[in-house]
Amino acid sequence: MSDILVLGPQFRSPNIRAALARTGLSGPIVTITAGWQEREGELAALEGHLDQPVRDLRLYERAEAVFNQDAELHDTHRLRQADLRRLQELYRIRLAHAKTAARELFATSDDSELMRNARRAALSAIRRLDAEHLKAIGRIHARWDARLGVRTRPMLARQLAELEHLVEQAGIVCLAGGHVAVLLNRLRLFGLERLLRTRPVIAWSAGAMAISERIVLFHDHPPQGAGNAEIFEAGLGLVRGTVFLPHAASRLALGDRDRVSLLTRRLSPAACITLDDGSMLHWHRGRLVACANSSRLKRTGGTAALDTTR
Amino acid sequence: MSRTPGETTLLAADARVEIDALEHVRRSPIVDPGGVTFVYRGAADAVSLRLWIHGLPATQPFERVGETDLWVLRVELPGNSRIEYKFAVTRDGSEEWILDPMNPLRAADPFGANSVAQGHGYVRPEWTVSDGQARAGAIEEITVHSAALGDERHIGVYVPARFRRSRHYPLLIVHDGFDYLRYADLRVVLDNLIHRLEIPPLIAAFTQSPDRLEEYAGHDGHARFVAVEIPELLQHSFPLHPSPAARGLIGASFGAVASLHAAWRHPGAFGRLALQSGSFAFADIGHHRRSSTFDPVARFVNEFRRRPGRPAERMYLSCGIYESLIYENRSLVPLLRHHGIEVRYEEVRDGHNWENWRDRLQSALTWLFPGPLWMIYE
Repeated sequence: MSDILVLGPQFRSPNIRAALARTGLSGPIVTITAGWQEREGELAALEGHLDQPVRDLRLYERAEAVFNQDAELHDTHRLRQADLRRLQELYRIRLAHAKTAARELFATSDDSELMRNARRAALSAIRRLDAEHLKAIGRIHARWDARLGVRTRPMLARQLAELEHLVEQAGIVCLAGGHVAVLLNRLRLFGLERLLRTRPVIAWSAGAMAISERIVLFHDHPPQGAGNAEIFEAGLGLVRGTVFLPHAASRLALGDRDRVSLLTRRLSPAACITLDDGSMLHWHRGRLVACANSSRLKRTGGTAALDTTR
Repeated sequence: MSRTPGETTLLAADARVEIDALEHVRRSPIVDPGGVTFVYRGAADAVSLRLWIHGLPATQPFERVGETDLWVLRVELPGNSRIEYKFAVTRDGSEEWILDPMNPLRAADPFGANSVAQGHGYVRPEWTVSDGQARAGAIEEITVHSAALGDERHIGVYVPARFRRSRHYPLLIVHDGFDYLRYADLRVVLDNLIHRLEIPPLIAAFTQSPDRLEEYAGHDGHARFVAVEIPELLQHSFPLHPSPAARGLIGASFGAVASLHAAWRHPGAFGRLALQSGSFAFADIGHHRRSSTFDPVARFVNEFRRRPGRPAERMYLSCGIYESLIYENRSLVPLLRHHGIEVRYEEVRDGHNWENWRDRLQSALTWLFPGPLWMIYE
């Protein structure tokens, strides 16, 4: 299994070059910046950080070209997305009630056995809901994948052949952040999971979320709504047992122990890992061998600096 | 009754302010959890506080401290309040309205400026202050001929940073747009909220009527200008999203009336409305209780209350509880909800002023156009 390097956001305090030097990874780099949507492939800043030219796989642009030429595929893709959106809305309604109950129970000072049992039951209900939701997402994908016959579409097959060629020539594949749903959709559309397993991967922010097992959307103080973290999708699963939380310092109320504890216990046994400026985690042969400037959320609330023994 | 130096006194039950300490005060007002104490130092025959707070007297006299030139007045003010005021200073029989000399906080508006008292706990929202990390949008100014109004109008167009012709943008039309820019920091707010992903990048058009009391008060020509002419014009120059859900109107005071009227006269043109401190004069029976300036407003609002229809799918309303308009705004909310409109309504401890409207822009704009906050991790 190839090396995987996961980083914090790169636009303010980039550390990608230092991370490469530290891990000894080198070679020609291809990038996936589909998460940047219309700004895909605007690589000047990244090339500046890396001090070397890079080539973008242009998944966003390729997908647009495929959709333009294959109306049936495009329509089917839209229907699938509409199904997923609706499913997410329904999940959100159920989640809001479940979270309200859990927060209320966790906020009391009562530590009786009855209350402890009630808290456990409330947490289990959320975990069951999350698991059911992920399965329902999987069923939608399976149904539409079968209907789409993705692998048999000539336009897609041509694009995939080109992508295979480009990745084979590369020493490293970089997955940038951006819109996590757009990024994940494009990775899925072109079936890049297999290709990404053949090369060292560097991923940050939404890119890191996309290569994890489970993508969790989160913001503890949005301008509207309760800020309930929600399960969004299964990721590509290149990194297992970890939920990545980019921009955790600004998006999460890390000082709120009840909130942190609830999130951590809800997502366990996966480790909730913060990715902020300067974060770096290095997996070699499936094992975390180095990390810096990253924290793990604790079951008791609060955070602990991440180390390789986690 | 005057107070004397050396006296330790209660200016209010929960605010013990020592008169001697007042001698050293360099900043007014003094804020405590229950209110504020205004301080004026200078030669005067009388000093009074002038403010525009519904429920409080418009004029409140200061007390002179003994034979000194120190004048004080304590006003109860609930936490998180914001009020604007002036001092009226009488000398030799003539009265002059001045800004509080010991208060650096000022709020500008089209009529000049007022001093600002921020109650205990009030903090200016950080998203109203320029953020060096936020990419700045650009404002283009254009002159357009309006057939509906029969003359030329000057409008500003906000184009967000990283604008792309390949993307479709929501359109927000802003009544009194240049005032929103000048007095409510709307440009900074748009830059910041877009940067924070709280609203999507959008195009905003700023209009400014030369006769707002007429054109904003249920004027069909103006409604057509806003609902038809501006969107048609901008559609030629910018890639605007065609859905009503991506079309919004915002306005404050009479601008809120104009927004509601334009959307009501052109159903389907706007899916989103933000109405701040709307001057929604009406009368369920008899005549409305305001001046004749409000006659056309009341005609429209009365008609609207009889048959509201569904001028937009989603609306944001706000009003300060220190405004006389609070009753009119409150009474609109159940009517809108009854007709299937998704309403977010906020009341705040503030008056009828631009900083009130500025401080509500995050709530308003994120309700109208929620951004991709949950989806983007850069």
